[in-house]
Order: sequence, then structure tokens, then C-alpha cells
Amino acid sequence: MDDQNGMTSSDTLQKIADQEYRWGFVTDIEAETVPRGLNEDIIRMISAKKNEPEFMLQWRLKAYRHWLTMQEPAWANVHYPKIDYQDIIYYSAPRQKGAAGDGPKSLDEVDPELLRTYEKLGIPLSEQKRLAGVAVDAVFDSVSVATTFRDKLAEMGIIFGAFSEAVQKHPELIKKYLGSVVPYNDNFFATLNSAVFTDGSFAYIPKGVRCPMELSTYFRINAADTGQFERTLIIAEEGASVSYLEGCTAPRRDNNQLHAAVVELVALDDATIKYSTVQNWYPGDKNGKGGIYNFVTKRGKCAGKRSKISWTQVETGSAITWKYPSCVLLGDDSVGEFYSVAMTNNYQQADTGTKMIHIGRNTRSTIISKGISAGHGQNTYRGLVKIQKGATNARNYSQCDSLLMGDQCGAHTFPYVEVKNSSSRLEHEASTSKIGEDQLFYCRQRGISDEDAVSMIVNGFCKTVLRELPMEFAVEAQKLLGLSLEGSVG
Amino acid sequence: MTPATATEKKTAMLEIRDLRANAGGKEILKGLDLTIRPGEVHAIMGPNGSGKSTLAHVLAGRAGFEVTGGEVFYQGRNLLEMAPEERAREGVFLAFQYPVEIPGVSNLYLLKSGLNAVRRHRGEPEVDAMEFLALARERMKLVAMDESFLHRAVNEGFSGGEKKRNEIFQMAVLDPKLAILDETDSGLDIDALRIVAEGVNALRSPQRAMLVITHYQRLLDYIIPDAVHVLSGGRIVLSGPAELARELESRGYAWVETSPAQ
Repeated sequence: MDDQNGMTSSDTLQKIADQEYRWGFVTDIEAETVPRGLNEDIIRMISAKKNEPEFMLQWRLKAYRHWLTMQEPAWANVHYPKIDYQDIIYYSAPRQKGAAGDGPKSLDEVDPELLRTYEKLGIPLSEQKRLAGVAVDAVFDSVSVATTFRDKLAEMGIIFGAFSEAVQKHPELIKKYLGSVVPYNDNFFATLNSAVFTDGSFAYIPKGVRCPMELSTYFRINAADTGQFERTLIIAEEGASVSYLEGCTAPRRDNNQLHAAVVELVALDDATIKYSTVQNWYPGDKNGKGGIYNFVTKRGKCAGKRSKISWTQVETGSAITWKYPSCVLLGDDSVGEFYSVAMTNNYQQADTGTKMIHIGRNTRSTIISKGISAGHGQNTYRGLVKIQKGATNARNYSQCDSLLMGDQCGAHTFPYVEVKNSSSRLEHEASTSKIGEDQLFYCRQRGISDEDAVSMIVNGFCKTVLRELPMEFAVEAQKLLGLSLEGSVG
Repeated sequence: MTPATATEKKTAMLEIRDLRANAGGKEILKGLDLTIRPGEVHAIMGPNGSGKSTLAHVLAGRAGFEVTGGEVFYQGRNLLEMAPEERAREGVFLAFQYPVEIPGVSNLYLLKSGLNAVRRHRGEPEVDAMEFLALARERMKLVAMDESFLHRAVNEGFSGGEKKRNEIFQMAVLDPKLAILDETDSGLDIDALRIVAEGVNALRSPQRAMLVITHYQRLLDYIIPDAVHVLSGGRIVLSGPAELARELESRGYAWVETSPAQ
């Protein structure tokens, strides 16, 4: 009776899996690029374009020389053809007025085509339209093109804007903190990033200041054959707090593009950093052609006592995701959190999770991971909870749930635990479930359409993570997950 | 079987003619006829495996049940052509024998979404959160439910009795024209049974028809039907007034199965 009945549950899931990527357009804009390939000259060229001080160039070169000795990691549960690192363009920037390395002074100097691009993406930058309560740094390919609300933030001593600008204006902060959480020789992709990173966001919240608005970076890849290597550094001084959001999209293209970013967070005594990501890079088409390789290193250091770092991520895009936002819990009584929703459709692959490194006493961490697999998607949770010798009374709670839609996809869980202190307490819970035909039918029998029913069930599954997102992002994230606007978050 | 006349067709809420349906490749319903008019409550009784739940699922449009013959008219329209959600929006409600758990989705959210889907379908304005809450609070009283149930995940961690009360509560909110109660009494103790039955009775109205499916007669002590039908081997083999239920209870289904049909 299927034909009389309308859709079966697998049809519904397929329909949702087949949804078009709505951010796949290309902005036609003149770009300034460096020649294809990677060598020391390219790195010098990038550094020169950014007008960087000598210490920065030397740091890049040190990283590059080290990278040459490294092997691309193969331990992740993802499969892709070998990347030719000489076939990538490492720098691409829209041509703009003003001196090299200097961001535009005002929006008047920004190419209107760029403003239109961000407007189309739902991130209006102009004074009249910009989002209330959210300061946005817009990064387009290799450069930051605009940052809103800078002056207002500056009044409170908060520095927020392009990383390349911070290198010039606040070299002492960069020297002190760059590489302090993710060292230049950390891993293959982070080391590559250290050599060739182009732009990203920098935020500094001074002592005792609670940042009055959400800070946000919107990353956009536009140019073809380029890699995006952004670097983000956020520092919260004693007693400071900040909530930071990042979003990302890319055009639809048939070839894969590499995105290898590094994010470092530093929280001093009593500081709190909340970092939220809605990752929606182009995932490739339904046959697995194209899409972004999202190989990202994100790590936060709870350097101070009672400091707290919280990662929340909603990963719906990218052909391959390889990222483990982690916390080093150095300060006594510090807290690390990781809330994640990773969704893989079609032929997407995700290997994601976190590392919680407990070093200080009474350190606590929470891991909530929700993996959703549809189509031929493969979803892996990989996590490490490490309790060092001195981490007396450390606590961890981990929960990893997987939801399967259809019978072609996969869910995998690799939780690693290393404990060197017997006073610690760790809990781990895991579950795997399928969206049931009975759940869908129950919703439909109450008048709810099949699509809304799937959204509702997925939304319910992700609820404990979605409610960690700032309100504006929660709505965005729900839309991304194919959910209705009128969500049940909160 | 007598063919329905034009006037009967007009007034019937549900008219089933010679319905045949398979489940899992096996023929379960083998020519079932039944007509229910607005305001009537019909009970379907029968032994396990007689096709009671298959009938409920076919009427609600569940996948996995193949209709191989016959017709079903709901308010004169071909019910079998409608998708499950369309049936629901048109006023067909199924109280599930085994209500489904949906983790992370609040009872309130599910039901408000359902009610608004029904209202949109009828061209009525959607209710907002406050209006919905007011309505829900009032209807919960029918089955003596606590408001906290609204905020709990759908059926998650509910006891058997709570799940069944929740079904009747949902019915009270959605205000259907045809309510199908699939073994609503199963798994209930006598107090819960009384609460559920009182809720159902409060929802009886001249505009609403009900089909009460049950294995045992005890539910029909509380919900007095206008007619009782005995389903056996995929067909209705005996129909009668409410008293028939008591007779069945005392004599058992074997008595019917061996007696000549009709």
C-alpha cells in the first residue's frame, strides 16, 4: 500500500538527504593570487603581502621546514585520494583599495560585490542592516574584508578583527600567545597552517570584561583551487568572558578544496570562552563529487584557575571533516565542555570528537556527541579523556549517541581513556538508534508532514547540544539540519 | 453485504466495503464491511490474530499493509488515497495500542505542531504557545493528567497507563471526527481504565464517530457502544447491540467462530 500511502520513511530521508546546497554560488570578483604550489618563496610572498614583521615570517618558515619532515596522518576513519600540495593556490584575496595588509578602513572601501555576497549569505555587514548584538568579522578567501562594531568594542578595551591586522598592531600579544596552545609542530595540518595561514580572527578580552555581544566570524571560500588556512586566536584575561561564533560556506565545485584551520583559545583565571561553530562548507554532490576537506585543529587552554572553555559544534557540511576541538585543563578547578552534532549525508565522512586533557586538580569535563548518518554517510566519534597524575579528583562525563537514517550509512565510536590518577571518576554512555518508521508514522498520524516529522525527531535527538548554542545560531543550525524554524530548542 | 444507498453514503462517517488487506504477505482482512455514522460508537472485538489491529492501521494509512481489494469511504471521500497526515488533518485519529517514544521532543511541541497542521488544513489561524497552553490545560483535566507531562519527551518514561491517557489527551486536543481506539484498555489497571474511559465518554458527541477496538469486554462496561462487531478470520462474523459484548465474555470467542456468519 506504499503507493497509496505517500512516502515511506526511507523516501522521506532520501528527500532530505537530496536537499540542494543553497550557498553554492560563486561571487564574480577580481582576485589577487599567488602562483600555484608551495615553497619558501610562496611563504615569503604571503608574508610580504600581509606586511608582516620579521618574527612572523621566521615562525612561518620554521613551521614549513618542519612540515617537510612530516607525514600526512592516516589513522582517521576517512578515505580520500592523495592531496597534491603543489597543486593548491595558497593565497587568494579580492582586490581592494588601501595598502597591502591593511584592511579596509570603513565599509565604503569594501567592494559592493562582497557586501552583496554576505547579504546573500544572510550576514548583512552594512550599518543599517547588521545583526544587532553580534559583531561580525567577514573573512573572504584569504583575507578579512570587514569587521562590524569594532569601535564599540574598542571602548571596552576589546580587540576584535582580522588576525593579520593584529599581527601588526599587537605583535606583543601575538608573540606571547600564537602557538602557545597549538605549537607550530603540533600535527601535519596545523603545521601546514602555521606556514601558510592567511587570515582569520583575533579577539582579546581584557581583565574583568564581559564581552557585551557575540563575536562572530563568517568564513567564505570563493576562489577555485585555493586552500583556506585561517588562524583564529582568542584570549580571555582574568575574569573575562566571551561568546564567539563561527559560520562557514563555500561554492559548489566539482573538485575538492582543502581547508586547514587552526583555532587557539586561552582562558586565564576565572575566564570563560564559549566557542560555537556552525560548519556548512560545501559537502559535495549526492554522488560524492567535490566538497571541502575540512582538516582543522582546534584547542583551548584553560590556563587559569576556575577557567572554562566550552566548544559547541554543528557540523553539517564538508566532504570530509577531521577535527577534534579539545581542552587542556591546566588550571585547578577548570572546566572543559564539548557539545557536538555531526551530520553526514550522501558520501560525506566525518571523524570528529574531542580531547580532554586533565592536568590540574578538580578539573571537570563534559562530552556530548550526537552523530547523524544518512545516505552513504560515515560518521565517527573519536575522543580521548586523559587524566594526568596530578589531576586529583578529576571528573569526566561522556555521552556519544548515533542516529542512523536508512541502511547504507555507518556510525563508529572510538572513545579512548587514559587515567593516571586513581581519584578520578569517569562515566561513558553510548547509544545507537535508527529513526523508526513507527516514530515517523506516529507524528504523521498527528497531522505532521513526513519532512517535519524527520526534522522533529532529529531535532529531539540533538536537543542537548542545540540548546548550548546562542539563540541566533540555534535557529540557523536547526535550518541546516533540515529542521523547521519553529524549533523546540530551550 | 448490501450496497450503500446515496443517502447512506452522505451521512456515513466511515464506510468500509469488502476490505481486503495483507500484512507481511499474508491476507489478514478478507472482505470486511462496516458503516459508522456520526455520533455512533462501534466496538470491534475479536480474538488475537483476527485482524483488529490491521484494520486500525489500514484506516490510519500505515506503510506495510497492502490493500488488495475493497473500498473505504470517509465522509464520502476515498480514504485509501490519502496520505497518513492528510487523514489526520481531515479528522481521523488513531489512539495507538503501543504509543511511540520520541526522545528530546516535548509532548507539547509534538501536539502543538499537530494541532497547527490540522488548523492550517482547515484554513484556521494557528494557535500560539499561550493559546495552546490554555487549551492543553483544559483538555488534560479530562484524563487527570498533570501539566508536567506537556514538558516531558513524548511518551518517554511514561508508564503504560500514562501513555494511554496521553493518547486520549491528544485526541481531546486534536478534536477528531473519527477516533479509532486500538486496544486502549490493554495494560491498564482498573483505576486507569476508568480514567481513560471517562475521558473517552466526555469526548462522545453527535458530530464524532468512534471505533473502539478491544479484546476484552471490560472496557465496554465503561464505554457503552451503540454496536458491537465480532471480527474473526478477517471478517465481521457477528454484529449486535452492547449486550453482545457480555455474551462474548461469558461464552468466549469459540462460540462465535463456530456459529454461522451474519
